[in-house]
Amino acid sequence: MSILSVSNLRKVYGDTLAVDDLSFSTEPGEIVGLLGPNGAGKTTTINMILGVLEPSAGRIQVERHDLATDRREVLLRTNFAAVYAPLPGNLTVEQNLRFFAMLYGVQAIAERIATLLEQFDLARFRHTKCGVLSSGEQTRVSLAKAMLNEPRLLLLDEPTASLDPATAREVRAKIRNVTTATRVSVLWTSHNMYEVESVCDRVLFLSHGRVLLEGNPRTLPQEHGKSTLEELFIAVAREPLSLES
Amino acid sequence: MRITPIAAIVLRQLYLLRGGATRVLSLVIWVAIDIILWGFMTKYLNTVTAAGFDFVPVLLGAVLMWDFFTRVMLGVTMAFFEDVWSRNFLNVFGSPISITEYLAGLVASSIITSTLGLLVMLALATALFGLSFLAYGGLLVPFLMVLFLFGIALGIVACSFVLRYGPAAEWFVWPIPAILSPFAGVFYPISTMPTWVQRLAHALPPMYVFEGMRAIVTGRTISMMSLVIGGALAVFYILGASVVFTRVYRKAVRTGLIARYSAESVS
Repeated sequence: MSILSVSNLRKVYGDTLAVDDLSFSTEPGEIVGLLGPNGAGKTTTINMILGVLEPSAGRIQVERHDLATDRREVLLRTNFAAVYAPLPGNLTVEQNLRFFAMLYGVQAIAERIATLLEQFDLARFRHTKCGVLSSGEQTRVSLAKAMLNEPRLLLLDEPTASLDPATAREVRAKIRNVTTATRVSVLWTSHNMYEVESVCDRVLFLSHGRVLLEGNPRTLPQEHGKSTLEELFIAVAREPLSLES
Repeated sequence: MRITPIAAIVLRQLYLLRGGATRVLSLVIWVAIDIILWGFMTKYLNTVTAAGFDFVPVLLGAVLMWDFFTRVMLGVTMAFFEDVWSRNFLNVFGSPISITEYLAGLVASSIITSTLGLLVMLALATALFGLSFLAYGGLLVPFLMVLFLFGIALGIVACSFVLRYGPAAEWFVWPIPAILSPFAGVFYPISTMPTWVQRLAHALPPMYVFEGMRAIVTGRTISMMSLVIGGALAVFYILGASVVFTRVYRKAVRTGLIARYSAESVS
C-alpha cells in the first residue's frame, strides 16, 4: 500500500499555474526526491501535502486518509522539516520537542524525547535555547521534531541547505538509517544533485508544476543522454521541452 | 477537541514566562502603574469633594476591572504573537492541531496571564488604597466573567486582523481598549453621553458591568437582566470572533498566506 498518494493536484495563484495536474505516490521505506528549478512547484506541493495550502484541485491521501476530509489523521501520520521553518529560538531544545510532541499527541513524551536527543546527538543541548545553536544543530533539532510522532510520511524541504559538507553527510546518513529502520516514506527536495543521487531511491523532476521525468537518480541521466544528474537538472531548468518526449 | 494540544499552547507560554523576567514584568508593571496613579487620584478627589462619597470603589474599582479586561484581550493576542514573532505558523498549522484547539489554547494562556495581573492589581489596590471588593458582593464574579468573555472575543478579533493583514498590522491591537473605553461608560454613567453614543454603548458588554458597579456603590438596585444581557452579548461576540478567525484562517490557507506569512500579503 502506498504511503502518500497524490492525484491530479493543481494549484493556481491568480494567473499563475504553480502546480499542474501532479500525480505520484510513495512507498514505505522509499526516499523520493522532488527536484526542479526554483519556482517549479516543489515547495508548493509540500505545503499542500502539509495542509497549509489548499489545492485548487486534486486529492492528497496518506495511508488512504484524505487530507481534505480527514486532516487530523493525515497530519498525525506526517511530519516535516524545512530550512525556512526553524523551531522557535526562544525555547530550549527540550521545550520545543515537548511542545511539538504534545501537538502531535505523542505518548510517553519523556522517553521519546530522550531517544531522539540520543539519536540526533542533541543530549548536550537539551537545555540550550534553539536560537543560539549553529545551523547544523538547529537542523538536527528540526529533524528530531520531525521524527517525534514516528511519522509514516516525512516531508523534508532542503533539509541540508545550510549545512557544511561533513554535517550534511552525517544528517543524510541519519535520515537514511531512520528510513531503513522505520520504513517511513520520505519526500525530499534538494538542489544538491550529489545528495539526491546518494540518498534518493527515485526522483521526480518538476518543471512548471508538472512531472517532466521520473526514475532512478543513478540511471536517469544516461537514459536522457546526459552524463550526470546535475547536467540533467540544468537541461530541465533551461530546455524542459527538449526532454518532454 | 483534545486537551493535549491546548495544554501545549499553555505550556509554551509558561516556558516563555519562566525563561525571562521581562515577560513577567510586562504582565504586572503597567497594571501596577495604573493602580498607583489612579489610587492617588481617587485619594485626592476624596479630599476635595463633598464628604460621604468614596471615589475609591467607583474610580479605582473601574480602573482595576478595565485593566483586567485589557489583560485578558492582550493575553490572547500575546500568545498568538509568539507564533508570529517566531515565524512558527508552518510548524504549528502543519501539525494535527485544529483551529478550535489553537484558539482554546490562546484563551487558556490568557486565563493564566490575566489572573496574574488581576492578583497584582488586587493586592496593590487593597494594600495601598483600601479598595475592598467585598463592596461588590457576589456580583464580582459575573462582573469579571462578562469582562473576561468580552476580552477573549476582542483578542480573537485582533488575532484575526493580524493574521489577515500580516505582522505589520500588530499596531492595531494596542489601542483597542483605549478606543472602546469612552463608549463603555467605564468612568462615568452612560447618561453623561449623547443619546446616539448611549445606543452604541448598549452593544458593549462592559457597559452593563460598569453601570452595575456604580449602582451597587451608590446604593441603587442593580438590574440582573442587564447583566444577563451583557453576558449574552459577550458570548455572542466570542462566537462571532471565532467564526471570523476561522474564515480568515481558511482564506490564508487558500491563498497561501499561512505558508508565506513573512511576506505579509500574497497579492
